[in-house]
Amino acid sequence: MTAGIALAAHGISLGGRLDNVGVALRPGEVTAICGPNGAGKSTLLACLAGLLAPDHGTVTLGDSDLAAMPPVTRARTIGFLPPTPEVAWDMTVETLVSLGRIPWPGAPAVEAQTAIADAITAMDLAALRHRPVSRLSGGERARALMARVLATRPGWLLADEPLANLDLAHAAALIARLRDQARGGAGVVLVLHDLASAMNHADRVLVLGGGRLLHDGPPDRALDADVIHRVWGVAGRWLGEPGARALSLEALGR
Amino acid sequence: MTRPVLVLLVALVLAVPLSLLAGRVWIDPFHPVVANAAVILAELRLPRAVLALAVGGGLGAAGAAMQGYLRNPLADPGLFGIAPTAALGATLSFLVGGAAGWLLPVFALTGAGLGMALLALISAGAGAGGGDPGRGIALFTLSGMMLASLSSALMALALSLAPTPFALTEIVTWQMGAIADRSWRDVWICAPPTVIGVILLASSGRDLDALTLGETAARSLGVDPRHLQWRMIASVGLTVGAGVAVAGVIGFVGLMVPHLVRPFTDRRPSSLIWPSALGGALLLLVADCLCRVLPLAGGELRLGVALALLGTPFFLLLLLRMRGGAA
Repeated sequence: MTAGIALAAHGISLGGRLDNVGVALRPGEVTAICGPNGAGKSTLLACLAGLLAPDHGTVTLGDSDLAAMPPVTRARTIGFLPPTPEVAWDMTVETLVSLGRIPWPGAPAVEAQTAIADAITAMDLAALRHRPVSRLSGGERARALMARVLATRPGWLLADEPLANLDLAHAAALIARLRDQARGGAGVVLVLHDLASAMNHADRVLVLGGGRLLHDGPPDRALDADVIHRVWGVAGRWLGEPGARALSLEALGR
Repeated sequence: MTRPVLVLLVALVLAVPLSLLAGRVWIDPFHPVVANAAVILAELRLPRAVLALAVGGGLGAAGAAMQGYLRNPLADPGLFGIAPTAALGATLSFLVGGAAGWLLPVFALTGAGLGMALLALISAGAGAGGGDPGRGIALFTLSGMMLASLSSALMALALSLAPTPFALTEIVTWQMGAIADRSWRDVWICAPPTVIGVILLASSGRDLDALTLGETAARSLGVDPRHLQWRMIASVGLTVGAGVAVAGVIGFVGLMVPHLVRPFTDRRPSSLIWPSALGGALLLLVADCLCRVLPLAGGELRLGVALALLGTPFFLLLLLRMRGGAA
């Protein structure tokens, strides 16, 4: 794993969707990107993944400019999970996970086998290894797709709405496994719609609004009630203990 | 070597010699009493068999790669618009100077080349970084379909302009698709571009595998969509164009073969290309033999017609199964 390489955006702007966003991300942390609809969350993540080129500014991985990097080199370091859980052909979980080895065409077979087996273990898929994806539940499919990203052994895991369509238990399980990855040295960046997930599980939260980076800090500061009121336009307060907080919204129009 | 490849290779090794014996004149290998048996074998049956292998292999591999590229199990070389533009080119050659000589294959390959170029021109930029991911493949499919319908309209126009009833008959007969009465010359026209094309298709396998996860995920896995698009246009153009040049339009091979082979693979598009090439070769070889030996008044069943008769119900069956949600 290429751990420990910094990923940073330097004043990036993109066609009205992002406006001068600068942020240095740290490996070993779970960073959540939050914001209302249309705030530019997915656009920022795609820029950080090198999938969209900003009009102004650069994204750097270590000392290199992401835009100038060969796609395969980038693919080995930055794993990206798109928001749509698409699998066009009805392959088994193991074959699906093995697609994560595509950026490593020349790697020894043993290394590939180990990476695939580790990814399957990390996402708790051992029992489903030979099951075709058409017979997986939504949560199992999300884990299999995440295991595909892990099989590349990237230093950075970027996921757009990984918890969408997952029920409470599956969402908690997936995020726990992502935390494990961060503890192992990977950088984890998640676009999260659910503020409670960001509050409870992220080490750092970026709040976007109208394409700008409005707040950046630990979740209890970046997502305090004031910020939520100003950015999302709703009044609410956090209930419960740290690590298990829930957001209680006050009735609208009061 | 994977098991499907091995099984199909064995089947081909058995089928090729048998195909040489079958026909209007049956040859008994142990009692070759037929006069000119050697000539029939070397100058008629062998080139015909090799042609069936090349055309079928090219169509099978092109179909498998296109289904992977478009992530659509119903994709077929015709959908890219390359078979129709190649056929249009060939049809025009009849108007210009009859079917004689090198004119037809040259026109067909030129037609395929122009189809490729047009397709690239229309969809240029669709796969580039700035565009909305996912739109690229839809645009590509639609431009292919537009090319196909434009070609068939122009072909109908060409037919109505046919100078003599004889020329008309000639064009219609060629359009039905066949590999009867072909020579080694046709093999030399068809085989080299087909082999290059199939190798190029097979080398795109990993990129096609990545596309299983959608265009965005494929790009994140290091696939350059522009590069892949060019490779697909060139390789499908080579295989399909070369096939149409010598055999006319033979449909449904690229649709049926990958479907029949897929259940025996791990379903990655890359695992499908070589087995589909071998399966296409086998299908066309066997179908051509059957056409040859079926008693039909006034000659033999045209290969293109036979495969259309076989392929249409197959396509409908697929549609019905997909509607049932078990594609």
